Amino acid sequence: MSTRPGRLGSKRWPDVLFRAAAVTCAALICLLMAGFFVELARNAWPSIRAFGFGFLTTSTWNPVTRTFGALSSIYGTLLSTLLALLIAVPLSLATALFLVKLAPPGLAKWVRQGVELLAAIPSIIFGMWGLFVFAPYMADHVQPFLQKVLGFLPFFRGPTMGIGIFTSGVILALMVIPFITAVMRDVFTMTPPVLEEAAYGMGATTWEVVRNVTIPYGVRGLAGGVFLGLGRAIGETMAVTFVIGNNHQLSASLFAAGNSIASTLANEFTEASEPLYRSSLIELGLILLAMTFLIQVAAHLWLNRLGRASGRTA
Amino acid sequence: MTDTTYDATRTTGRSAPPFPLRSRARRRASDTMVRIASTAAALFALVFLFWILAVVARRGAAALDWTFFTSLPSPPGEAGGGLANAILGTAAMTVMAALIGVPLGLFTGIYQSEFGRGTRFGSFVRFTINVMLGIPSILSGLFVYTLMVVTMGHFSGLAGGVSLAILIFPYVARTTEDMLGLVPDAMRESSLALGAPRWKTTLGVVFRAARSGLATGILLSVARVSGETAPLLFTALNSPYWPKNFAEPTANLTVTIFNYAMSPYSDWQRLAWGASLLITLLVLVVTVFTRWRVGEVET
Repeated sequence: MSTRPGRLGSKRWPDVLFRAAAVTCAALICLLMAGFFVELARNAWPSIRAFGFGFLTTSTWNPVTRTFGALSSIYGTLLSTLLALLIAVPLSLATALFLVKLAPPGLAKWVRQGVELLAAIPSIIFGMWGLFVFAPYMADHVQPFLQKVLGFLPFFRGPTMGIGIFTSGVILALMVIPFITAVMRDVFTMTPPVLEEAAYGMGATTWEVVRNVTIPYGVRGLAGGVFLGLGRAIGETMAVTFVIGNNHQLSASLFAAGNSIASTLANEFTEASEPLYRSSLIELGLILLAMTFLIQVAAHLWLNRLGRASGRTA
Repeated sequence: MTDTTYDATRTTGRSAPPFPLRSRARRRASDTMVRIASTAAALFALVFLFWILAVVARRGAAALDWTFFTSLPSPPGEAGGGLANAILGTAAMTVMAALIGVPLGLFTGIYQSEFGRGTRFGSFVRFTINVMLGIPSILSGLFVYTLMVVTMGHFSGLAGGVSLAILIFPYVARTTEDMLGLVPDAMRESSLALGAPRWKTTLGVVFRAARSGLATGILLSVARVSGETAPLLFTALNSPYWPKNFAEPTANLTVTIFNYAMSPYSDWQRLAWGASLLITLLVLVVTVFTRWRVGEVET
């Protein structure tokens, strides 16, 4: 660094103190991250010892007989997240396209702020709206319609209660759309104009330019946006807890009530007074921590590669 | 790549065009369809935004009255009652979280931007901050539960404040690093050349140059945690009484919303809607205000 203080300055005690405080805080956040793993693993230990690897592969969740398996929670977490991304990624891509390529700048500014505002609404508000307004709407209108059109598929069978994995996925999609859209919008604006203008000059339509120039150019950055949405959706708690139904049965139907790791923690933790029960819940938390950690590491490596790649070409 | 890509090697010496010929009308039609679809997608998000806000405003406004802000919750079935204790509890825990989390975040950001730039430890800390930002908020509650609630033997407002502070910490660290990074090095060099010590340079010159960005980051992070529920579920819990000290379970708005919404009593559900409106208003007003101020600075 070019602004290293002179020898005289660095020896003065307020500066030594100032630097020490900064280093301590930076070290503290690293300790905190390590502490998450250590504390959760320590408290999950009785459950890890009791159930071993089978915890991940069985779906029995019975506090009375004290047998616990995480499969249905993991399944619900992954399924609702996958559903959310299937809905949110195309919509975010289209919204980003609208903001960058189609809307007049004045309108784009307002729409962008509206979409970003969606991210500011607290999770629990999505839950309230989901439980009292959106789930009944899904039960009365959307789900019967889907059943009529796609009822031959196993995913859309069963009673249309509104509460369940499907509704959770839709609400999760709404919650991650602002994050994915923001990344994709940035990626779109970074395309060198000369590439796009060349394509326009050849007589390409806007859609052809986007499909053949803008998207291929930014495809890695776009994937980064998907990572971000994935990380957000997988640990989302309150909105999911309100509408997923808290049911530990595995079901192929998306309309069935299910549970996710986060919703199980939110629903059951304060009632779990029995040590093994509590320990199993903490092990669920440890699994969620490991999942989000891996996603963040993958995103980090991906973006680093991205940075290096663009550094070479620039 | 798709079939329409222009491939120079294939064109040489051939008279036929290298891409499938499609009629102008078809190309125009698919372009129009994509335009309509992407406008619809943008509208889709806005429709849900207004739907949610309208529901919260209508149902919440019906619950907000004088008693809502001044009295304790009444037992189910009894009319009236308010959430004054929860309002106070949420405010107190948010302030405590800010008092703990903001300085930690600021100093970490200072390290990142003023001391650790380009060092190995610095890039490891940046990685850690990103990971911490991505960790679900409920795990912060679980962590503080194992660390504080188990050791102290009971739920407490202190634990609630700490679990919220853990969420503020990486957020403020990140914005501080970003904002201080925007300040040109020439400013630091001028200050140091005049003989100012390092701490005075950072706090008096660099901070002053970055103050609006720092304030925005802090305000947004505090607004965000004031609407958090999951970290409080196993730490502050909830309470029907006035918050007296931070050593006991402390009433707060968000967990109250969760408990009351799941209850079968319509009075309680009404209060939950009132609390929802209050929290939403608070978070949105702060968000819109800071965004608007940042917009003013930028233009």
